[in-house]
Amino acid sequence: MRPLILLCFFAATLGAQPRDLRWAADPEGGAPYVEADPADPSKVEGFEVDIAGVVARALGRTPRFTFTSYASIDQSVARGDADLGLNGLEDTPARRAAMAVTVPYYEFREVLSVRNADAARFRTLADIAGRRVGTLGGTMAYEILLGAGPRHRIETVSYDDDVHPYSDLLLGRVDAVLLDNVIAERRVRQLSGVAVQPQTVAVGHYVGVLAPGNRTLRDEVSRALLAAMRDGSLERILRKWHVWNDDQPALYARLLRGEVAAPSASITESAADGGAVHGAAWQATRRYLPTLIRAAGVTLVLSCLSMAVAVALGMLIASGRVYGDAPLRLVLTGYVELMRGTPILLQLFVIYYGMAAAIRLPAFVAALAGLALNYAAYESEIYRGALEAVPIGQLEAARTLGFTERQILSLVRGPQAFRLALPPMTNDFVALLKDSSLVSVLTVVELTKQTQIFAANIGSWVIPGSLCAALYLAMSLPLAATARRLERRWKTPTA
Amino acid sequence: MEDAHRMSIVLDVRGVHLRRGPRRILNGMTFEVARGAIVALMGPSGSGKTTMLRAIAALERFDEGTIMLEGLESAGGRLQGRDALRQWRSRLGLVFQFHHLFDHLTALDNVTLAPVHVHHVARSAAEARARDLLQSLGVEHRAGALPRELSGGEAQRVAIARALALDPPLLMMDEPTASLDPARRAELGRLLRELAARGHAILVSTHDDAFVGEFATGAIRMSDGMAH
Repeated sequence: MRPLILLCFFAATLGAQPRDLRWAADPEGGAPYVEADPADPSKVEGFEVDIAGVVARALGRTPRFTFTSYASIDQSVARGDADLGLNGLEDTPARRAAMAVTVPYYEFREVLSVRNADAARFRTLADIAGRRVGTLGGTMAYEILLGAGPRHRIETVSYDDDVHPYSDLLLGRVDAVLLDNVIAERRVRQLSGVAVQPQTVAVGHYVGVLAPGNRTLRDEVSRALLAAMRDGSLERILRKWHVWNDDQPALYARLLRGEVAAPSASITESAADGGAVHGAAWQATRRYLPTLIRAAGVTLVLSCLSMAVAVALGMLIASGRVYGDAPLRLVLTGYVELMRGTPILLQLFVIYYGMAAAIRLPAFVAALAGLALNYAAYESEIYRGALEAVPIGQLEAARTLGFTERQILSLVRGPQAFRLALPPMTNDFVALLKDSSLVSVLTVVELTKQTQIFAANIGSWVIPGSLCAALYLAMSLPLAATARRLERRWKTPTA
Repeated sequence: MEDAHRMSIVLDVRGVHLRRGPRRILNGMTFEVARGAIVALMGPSGSGKTTMLRAIAALERFDEGTIMLEGLESAGGRLQGRDALRQWRSRLGLVFQFHHLFDHLTALDNVTLAPVHVHHVARSAAEARARDLLQSLGVEHRAGALPRELSGGEAQRVAIARALALDPPLLMMDEPTASLDPARRAELGRLLRELAARGHAILVSTHDDAFVGEFATGAIRMSDGMAH
């Protein structure tokens, strides 16, 4: 009996405590939204941090920040990791269909940023026909560019963060960036040489997102936001972070009159006409399937080319380590250890962004080089092991028959080593197929990245994830089967 | 008579010394092998038999002495001239104790590989010669088999065919009877006699007294790296 009483006591105590309001955001997005406090990086600050504080207070709760990557906020909130997502999340039909969204708390404009020298000629999407335009993947701006692409022949370059589109704009890798005015104005303050065009490409709203079944809390948060609009606390926060402008009073007035804000896609003609999202998942699937297949093609071509280069380089490195003199062996061992001992992501960043001042590699070439250089280190170890596994007696037998060392390598040692190396090589190729998803950090849109964009667009991973898995399997299973066939053939008696 | 004997000498080993660190492995080895002879290098394990064969095959450098092989001279295991090593090795064939056939090639390809790639013999001619050799050694029916599919005796015969593919004057075999049953030993002895009769000089390292007594034309007993 006593344990039951204790349990009831603890339950009552817990119930009496003020509950947390767990809210999710990605501080990588930076100020003025949410960023790590420079004075104390364990804390976050930004206008959304302050808004979360106001909402939590109104609900009688304690705000508790939950770190979540920007692309996964909806999914994270839907599965219950946080109560509320608050991170410049756009009000789109897909988001409304998949999640419970609050009333908007901010009206933003999609604007074009260009290099100063191009400010007079690149004013609208039509002006940048045939050019490369950068943006954040899975956002309204991305959808607009995707839709405008066929008409204006715009090549959309998708980024994972909102810093590199602007640095690449200055480097000439893209000719314009389409993003929210809040982001654009912040970058223009930080970078010289970038101009924000005054024309508005589209208008949208930031909303809070909650799990689809959490409509009661959604309504409470909405009421708290409306109260903050009414009493001016929202205005004070936005002014403090220098993001208050004339668009906000108009929005607040409409909302306080009881008007319901329409989702972004139907607000402006350019967004709607620019291929904005439509509710039904199957429609989105139909629209995204060709891009997914194209992205799978990118994955396959990139993986095949990278593997071919990695195999060739790996063989050279392995030969150098087996046959080379001491200094060469030392250099090659250093290379292998450097490539194996540092993350491939870091290597990709160094090749694409770090070396940009010296050599401006196109994204695909940088991705190919990064994957090939990294995998060459691993392949070389496989080949070195395989070369050393060929019995020395066979090498001596070949020497007594008069073969040169080069002939022994190409006719006796190499072919046998290749047979030994085939299973681990196949394994590596399948791993490379999947590791190629890392190159999305260099703006190469391959299968995983395209899937992520698709999932962010429809607010669910079920269909995009299944299609993505099917495409990866369609690429890797035949490869594994071919390798197994080759292994069998080389093991089978020939007479 | 003396001149005729000298003319028939294929291998002439004079005062060969070989040291590895403090160990003296060969300690002034001197002997010769004439065309048509089957000479056995005999001695207990570790007496230097295999090292002697490896020095003749230019797989080991030696410190002093000379080895003459069909008109070529190796002093200290160093050969003069750009193509000298290839020329040297074209004059000898070595059958290793464990055969060391190339695992990825069929018996036929094991035999044709060197003629085609080292001596640029046309593939068809090399194959015809290889088939003749395999037939004469009784393993022609195994031409398409991979080494792992051959019995020990078959693998040894294929290794002999590979060593003879370029018709070298000197054939060396390292412990050829070590893994053979009595019937196979007798077969091998008869085969060596046939090869000697065809004009090959044969040098065999072994510690099989019975085999030597029955088939060898001469024996060199080794101990402590010296011939006795």
